[in-house]
Formats: sequence, C-alpha cells, structure tokens
Amino acid sequence: MSKVREVPQGRLQSPFYPRQAELDRLSRWHEWKGYMSADGFYDEALEYFAIRNSTGVFDLTPMTKYRISGADSLDYIDRLVTRDMRKIKPGRVAYAVWCDDQGQVIDDGTIFHLDEGEYRLCSQERHMSWLQAAAIGMDVSIVEETHDIAALAVQGPTSFSIMRILGCAGIENLKPFGLMHVEFQGKQMMVSRTGFTGDLGYEIWIAPEQAEALWDALFEAGKDLGIRAIGTEALEAARIEAGFLAAYVDFLPANVTVRSGRSRSPFELGLEWLVDFKKPVFNGRRALAEEKRRGSTWRLVKLDIEGNKPAHHSYIYPGSGSSKKEIGFITSAAWSPVCKQNIAIGTVRTPHGKVGEKLRVEIYYQREMHWSRVMAEATVVDKPFWDPPRRRATPPGPY
Amino acid sequence: MDERYDAIVIGAGHNGLVCASLLAKAGKKVLVLEAGSQVGGAAVTREFADGYSVSACAHLLYQLQPQVQRELDLKLTLASKKMTTVALATDGNHVRYRGKEVSGTSDADAASFRDFHRRMSRFADLLQTYLNKVPPRLAADAGMDDVLTLARFGFDVRRLGKTELREFLRLIGINIFDELAERFENPLLKGALSLDAVLGTHLGPRSPNTILTYLYRLAGSHGSLSAPAGGMSSLTEALAHSARDNGATIRTGMHVKRIVVDNGRVAGVETDSGETFDSWLVVSNADPKSTIMKLVSARNVEPEFTRRIHNIRMRGNAAKLHLALSALPSIAGLEDQEYGERIVIAPDEVYVERAFNAAKYGEISAKPVFEITFPTHRDPGLAPEGKHVMSAIVQYAPYQLKQGWSDATREAFCEQAIDTLSDYMPDLRQNIVASETLTPADIEEQFLIGGGHWHHGELALDQFLFTRPVGGAAQYAMPLDGLYLCGAGAHPGGGVSGAAGRNAARMILKRGKAA
Repeated sequence: MSKVREVPQGRLQSPFYPRQAELDRLSRWHEWKGYMSADGFYDEALEYFAIRNSTGVFDLTPMTKYRISGADSLDYIDRLVTRDMRKIKPGRVAYAVWCDDQGQVIDDGTIFHLDEGEYRLCSQERHMSWLQAAAIGMDVSIVEETHDIAALAVQGPTSFSIMRILGCAGIENLKPFGLMHVEFQGKQMMVSRTGFTGDLGYEIWIAPEQAEALWDALFEAGKDLGIRAIGTEALEAARIEAGFLAAYVDFLPANVTVRSGRSRSPFELGLEWLVDFKKPVFNGRRALAEEKRRGSTWRLVKLDIEGNKPAHHSYIYPGSGSSKKEIGFITSAAWSPVCKQNIAIGTVRTPHGKVGEKLRVEIYYQREMHWSRVMAEATVVDKPFWDPPRRRATPPGPY
Repeated sequence: MDERYDAIVIGAGHNGLVCASLLAKAGKKVLVLEAGSQVGGAAVTREFADGYSVSACAHLLYQLQPQVQRELDLKLTLASKKMTTVALATDGNHVRYRGKEVSGTSDADAASFRDFHRRMSRFADLLQTYLNKVPPRLAADAGMDDVLTLARFGFDVRRLGKTELREFLRLIGINIFDELAERFENPLLKGALSLDAVLGTHLGPRSPNTILTYLYRLAGSHGSLSAPAGGMSSLTEALAHSARDNGATIRTGMHVKRIVVDNGRVAGVETDSGETFDSWLVVSNADPKSTIMKLVSARNVEPEFTRRIHNIRMRGNAAKLHLALSALPSIAGLEDQEYGERIVIAPDEVYVERAFNAAKYGEISAKPVFEITFPTHRDPGLAPEGKHVMSAIVQYAPYQLKQGWSDATREAFCEQAIDTLSDYMPDLRQNIVASETLTPADIEEQFLIGGGHWHHGELALDQFLFTRPVGGAAQYAMPLDGLYLCGAGAHPGGGVSGAAGRNAARMILKRGKAA
C-alpha cells in the first residue's frame, strides 16, 4: 500500500519568514497572493509610528512581479499603460495604471526600467493571461518572477541612514523613482527609492537565498535607528495618509466587475496626470478620449473630516442645506496620528468633489454595543495628507 | 504619389468592388488595389489547364442580394438558373430537390419538405432583412439608429406569431442533424440538407447553430441556385465595370504590404513595390485578421482589440477540386440534362458528420462530401469543344492538417477524393485530362484569405451580427480612425452576396466627413 501523499496545506512562506516568525508576538497572518503576510508583529500602532518616526521594514515578496523583455518591450509596455513610457529611462521607475479597452482601470503598479529594454512590472493583482494577450503580434517575453525575488520595503525618516550603514554606496544620489544596483555580500542586489508610505524610503530586491542574510544585516544596521518589522495594518494607515490607492478598496479591477458603472477610469481615480493622449495608441485610449470629451461620472476625493471618528464606509452627502441624496461613499478612512486629522478617500459623483468643496459624511460608530450616528463636515483637499519634504530631498538628510 | 484619394479599397473581391462602386457613385474618388492579376478575389474564372477554365473558388450564385443588383444596375447572363440539387445514390435512385419540391422520397418526406422549406424560407427572409442592415450597437450609449434597428428586429421576430416565434427561437441555436432526424426518413435527403448547412464551415451537421448556417444559405433567394455564363468572373467583371463607370480606379497586380498609420489614424497604403497611396479612408476587403495583424500591425491598435481579432475562428475546411475531362463521366440514373444541375455526394447525415470527425483531429475525410457542378454542360465555352470541366467543393480538408499541407498531402487528398467520386462515376478516372486541387492552404496563399475560410471567419452565433467580426467593431468601422472592413469577415459573412460591401459603403457614406 502506498501512502497517500501529504499535500502541503495553506500558504507559501516568504524567504524572510523565519526571521519574521522570531519577531511575531501576535500570530495574525493573512493571505496575500498565496503567501503568508503579517497583519502585525507586536503592536500595529507602534509599527505605524516606526514608519513615521524611524524605519519600518515590510516584506513585499508576495507582490506580483513580471519580467518583460524582448525587442518590442518598450513598444509593448508603452501600448499597455496610459502614460508615456518612452520618458522612463533605464534606472528609473514609473507608477502606472493600465486599462481595458473601455478605458477602465484594471490595476496600478510600478514599472522598473532595469536595463535597456528590460522591465519589471509590479502589481497587486496577477495579470499573466492579460499581459500575454496584449503581447499578440509583438516580440516580447513575459515571465513571472514573483517567487524568484525577495523584496523588502524599508520606509521611514531613518531609512537613508540605515541604507548607508548597510553599505549602499552612492545611495545619497538616488533620486525618488530611481533604482541602483549595489553589492551585498559579494552579490548584486537592487535598491529603488520607491514605496507605499509617502515618505522617505527604499525597496530592496534580492535573490531569495540572500534574504535572511539581508534581514540580519539590515536590522543590525538599523539597531540604533529604530528599525522595526511592520505588518499590513501599519502600512495601510500610512498609505491612506499618502493618498495612495488600493485595488479592491478604492477601485475594483475592471476585469472583475460585473455590473456596468462599477469600474473606474484613470480620470475618475484622480490619475489624469498618468494619461498621455500624445501617444497614438494605448489600451483604452479611444474610450478615454471619449470620456474626456463627455466628462466623467465619478471623481475620487481626499477628505479632511471634522471630529475623530474614522468615516469607515460612510455615505457622502452634499454640504449642509443641499439635497439629502447621497452623492458617493468613503472607500478608505483612518484617524491619522501624524497629521492629527480624520482623513478619508472616497468616490463621489461629478460635478461634486471639487477641491475646497464642503461635503458631509454620515459616520456610524459604536459605543458599548450602542450605535450612534454623526453627520460630519468634510472638506475636499488635493494634496496628500502626509507629504514631508524629505520624501523628495536628494540627498535625504540623516535623521 | 501626390494624389490623394477619398477612399482606398484593398482587394477587388466582389465585396470590395460593390463597396468601391457605391462609394464612387456617391462622388468619392476611389482607388481599388488588387493583389491578383484579375479582379474578383475568390469569385473568378481561371484557366487551370490548357483551354480549361473554371470558377476558381466560389462556383454557384445563391446569395447575391437583390439590393446590390438593383443599386448597381447589374445585368448578368446566367448559364444556369434555378438549378436542381441531385443527391447521388450509388444505385441510381437519386433524390432531387428544387425550391419546395423534392422527388425520390416517400410522400410523407415530400410533404414534410414543403413544410420545412416554407418555414425555413420565412426565417431566412427575416434574416435577410438584417443581412442588408448595419448591425445595431448594443452599447449603453447606442445611437437612435441602433435602438430603432434593434426595436425593429424585435418587432419583426415577434410578428412571426406565437408558434413561429417559438420555432424560430428553438431552431436558431441548434444543429441541423436533430431537426432533420425529426422530420425526414430518407437518408439521401438528410445527407444533402446536412451538406447545405455545413458547406464552407468548420462544422458538422451535429455542431451547434448549423440551422443558422442553413438559414444564412437561404437568405437572398431561398436557396435558388444559378451560375453566371463564363463563370464567376462574369459577375465580378460586371462589378468592376460598374465601379469604373462610377469613376473608381482599379489597379491589379498591386499587393498592399501595409496600411500606413500616422499618429493613430490611417493615412494610406503601401504596396510591395514600395509605392504609397494617400487617403484618410482605407476600406479593407481582406479578412479581419489579415487586415489588423498583417496590414495594420498589432502595435497600431489597442491590445484588447488585437486579442479579439486574434481569437476569431477561421479555419477553412473546404477544398476545391477541378478536373479537366475528355468526356462527362457516366453516372447511373442521371438524365443527360441533369449534368447541368448541382450534384451532391452526401449519402446520409451520419456520413457527413463522420466526414467532419476527421477534420476535428486535423485529418482529411477518408470519405469526403462533395458539391459538384459540370459547368461546361451549359456553358461550353469554358473548355475546348466537346470537352468538359468539373468543379467540386470537397469537404473536409482542414486548414491545420496534422502533417501539414504539401504537394504529397494535396496529391493524396486529390486521389482519395477521386476514389470516392469513382464510386458514383466508375469511368471518371479514365476521362481525366488534368486536375487542380486547392486546399485551404492553397486558397489562403492564392486568394489571400486567412485560414482559407470562405466566410473570412466561422459563421457561428458568437461571431454573428453584433459580434462580427468582434464585439465593439461590428459596424464596419475598426477602432482605428479611417479604417473600415467591407469583406466577408464583417457582417453578415461570406458567400457571393455583396451585402458586406454594400453595408460598409452605406456606413461610410452615412458618416460622411466623420468617416
């Protein structure tokens, strides 16, 4: 009798997992594209403050990564996304969105121009079949390398100093959205000045075999600079402060929506700056040109809300005295400790949502089982809630 | 070239010529560029052996739309009209049908056939109205025209009456095999009608929507068959004359290499010889896949559109067999004048399905089905005096043959076909002077039809009406400014009908400057 083969259950562990497990005090893990990812390790509030006051280290190995190369790689990527990729030189990184041919956003992500004609596309969702369909008729190779590259986000005011101690020569010259290759223990690793926190920060991309060594070296370098491992909850608070969008939260990927009107165009997500009509062709161009002519249905708003109760899932109404009919809803909300602000990202029907417009949000909150409701005034703002100068400074100062 | 044309039509197939003629008639300055040395595309008469000519691809007329004939004032001399179909039996007890009458079957079958033909013709009439209209858009922002066309279609279908409406909805998606099994007992009749439904497709009688393909065949003239004197070129030459009379320029031997795209819109075409012609409007009579993937290039259109075009099913399955004959072969039980009719070999419906089975796996049918004509019987000018030609469509010969098409596989296919024919025409082989076999691969190469599929894309419910060639591009205009389709790949589909060319021209003219 042969034994029934044991099928490994559950989720993949990132190459950093052994180190993370040592730090873990909460045992709160969730699934992220097949991997275990920590909600938090010891205290989400402390982890959040590490991002804002010292340095937080986040494991982004599960981030979907594709290597795109071949003779037509630039033409391919340029036709895929809405922004002009010809401007993104080797050694640069671009934030981009890509749409279906109705001009609705499928996903957003970052595209790393690693070397002439060599790209890495990082995104929340998996897109292999779509990417391959888009490659029909072009000489391009698309390889998923999610599992072949371990990655850490090192984010916070002391991150520059830590990277320098780690031995990243020349890191002081690395500009935002730049990338460089540095030697780590005899091998190459890549460092990019990118992140999801809206602050000074770096992302490190390395072979999985070196993952634990990197973790050790990094935490050794940061031991006097407040380095801490952080989980998703702390990062989530930081990304709302930075005004960044999350797929499935602030928009739904167009290819998973069923009902008409549930997807969003780049214009409706405040990403007009990413759409370059000077390009003769890209997916969604015709539909977006039409939308530009006719006007959009929705508008993404960043809201500064009175009070201190986060406006989770709230309806948005026009300012006081206006119609009682709701005009939209909140998709992300948080109390921002660093801004001392009650902040939210939401979506409202046009023409509402112009910068400076006063709106009202209906906040429900619970005190000792009983529910209460408050109508809070909310102001539409255009800048990210958290946007310190050090985010852009080159060289960044040592904090 | 410093000349600028109002429109350039790529390909002088019958649809291209219809479109060019109508555009020119409306005052446009039109240039037609044809790769071949003669106009006509797949509707041409060609000499295949010394002194022997034949309609090289399409060989019968049954769908030419009356609207096209009327608007272009076409006068055709027909060698044969209202042809009878003779379904051959090896023992000479053939079944013959024409219009609603059938002979050689039981009385019950004959009565059932009348009813069948009446109903099918009624549905075909309904379909025919829409073959000659631009399909409405189903988008949320559809225009008034679209809404009206759609409402009209709903109304017309509803007006069939309760019983007929139910029948229409029952039949439109199903296969012909089941319907024939319920109605008829005579195997020859069922075999021949199966063949009618699947001719030119990658479908067997048991495949879904083969009633639709049958209705499509009837749309126009209820299946009444004719053949122009002098072969198909007589028709396309007449169309070319009409186009020239209307002021269009037609140039043959001009193979278009690419459609010039400038800053996201069409700007003209470039030929193999490097000559360029400028126009803001290019109308392609080529199939949608070749038009987009080869002439335009994927990089000039949006990726999701490329994917849809790429996924169009268009694998041809019909081969042409042309035989030059020293004498007509003897066929048991066939009257002399019946050599001028349409003769089919499809002994029963299961035989047809079995013939298709092989094609599913990339093999040729061991026992293929045939649609045969001896055009010289009524049109003696096609061969030297006293000699004859045979023109036959032979199915199934899959485009993607497992071992690939080569001289050897073509020869083997031809031999196998002649063997099957010899069961019915014992002295055929000794009368053969010369032969020509056109496999789908040959048809692709010689007539520039991708996949060698005469519909430029399978005629199936998912590639029909609103979704032909693909969803979002069913109104002849492609999602590249200035590019239109006017061939069989666009609505309504293949067959020598002229509907696609006419609809495309009407759409272009309706859009006026916006086109």
